[in-house]
Amino acid sequence: MADTMQFDLVSPERSLASLQATAVQIPGAEGDMTAMPNHAPLITTLRPGVLKVESPEGTSEYVVTGGFAELGSEGLSVLAEKAIPVTEMTRAHLDDMIATARAAHDTAKENQHHTLVDDAAKLLADMEALGTHMSL
Amino acid sequence: MPSLKDLKNRIESVKSTRKITKAMQMVAAAKLRRAQEAAEEARPYAKRFNAVMAGLAASVGGSDSAPKLLRGTGSDQVQLLVVLTAERGLCGGFNSNIAKMARLKATELKAQGKTVKILTVGKKGRDQLKRDFENDFVGHVDLSEIKRLGYSNAQDIARDILNRFDAGEFDVATIFYSEFVNVVTQIPTAQQIIPASYDAAEEAEGGAVYDYEPSEEAILADLLPRGVATQIFSALLENGASEQGARMSAMDNATRNAGDMIDKLTIEFNRSRQAVITNELIEIISGAEAL
Repeated sequence: MADTMQFDLVSPERSLASLQATAVQIPGAEGDMTAMPNHAPLITTLRPGVLKVESPEGTSEYVVTGGFAELGSEGLSVLAEKAIPVTEMTRAHLDDMIATARAAHDTAKENQHHTLVDDAAKLLADMEALGTHMSL
Repeated sequence: MPSLKDLKNRIESVKSTRKITKAMQMVAAAKLRRAQEAAEEARPYAKRFNAVMAGLAASVGGSDSAPKLLRGTGSDQVQLLVVLTAERGLCGGFNSNIAKMARLKATELKAQGKTVKILTVGKKGRDQLKRDFENDFVGHVDLSEIKRLGYSNAQDIARDILNRFDAGEFDVATIFYSEFVNVVTQIPTAQQIIPASYDAAEEAEGGAVYDYEPSEEAILADLLPRGVATQIFSALLENGASEQGARMSAMDNATRNAGDMIDKLTIEFNRSRQAVITNELIEIISGAEAL
């Protein structure tokens, strides 16, 4: 049995990682999950959070937001609108992301769009939780 | 017959023009490489994205519950044309080709009695379309301040378009841009982005049955707006590479033409110089003979 799988992390601007991984922890929209080789095919959307990749060479972490993960027979690909390695993540990045989320929240509130307000509020909360989690 | 001094000035001015066009060609070559790299790096994302969307669209698309972005509004009365061009000129037929394509489409749609709305990205497209369709303009996105195109620029444009769609301002949106093939070939392209049309042929191989979390519909509703941004982003990058490629070959031609012109002017200059000398000699000799 193969004990690694192909893992790709791509953002619209560039491809961030492409390696053999033993396990990947994904911040799914409905909760975190860990994908391991030979997982059943699955597609899930992402919430803002930390993606943790375990490979024989060590672990690496990325902050991802907006996008989805596709688990297929050939491996896992994560398509994130924004992906930043945790080591490069700074408070400024987070503030930027929170500001964007807050702006979306405010416009949604103005337009009285209830589901959108909820979504935006959740996004904002996720962002802030992410900041606390990373102790930024 | 221009005097010797006029010819000399002409040659000097053409020489400095050649220097400028040569420099522009080299700058375009450097920028082209960067633009091409950016376009290539963005390709895997767009490809994977479209593959997943094609799968999703195939399984949900037919039903009545499919999101409006995929299904359309059921009408094609109001058409939005999004024309992506460059901010600068001096790049051969690049801007004109895109504008021409958009103009043909707009005229054709109007002949069919449809309403046309135009959104321009990039100054040159706006300038070229303003004369014919000024009353149809609904907006303009200015990218002249941006040095390096990022995904967020595409997101802003997509958000603008989606807001208009939600407000019911149009039924069908098409983007016009230039696809980069190589330095001498760029193909003006029209692509419909709303309602989204994903090519089923791009569907992931194997046909594995995916689990969806949350539901297929929810994922589709989440991803469709992102799909619009992704398509605009790749169009912007293709356009960026095309622009530099077109400018490079245009400037290469200009440099060569300037060289030819200098050669021609130099020959003319030498001929007139010789004529002047011959004339002077004749004058001296006939003067001496008269004595």
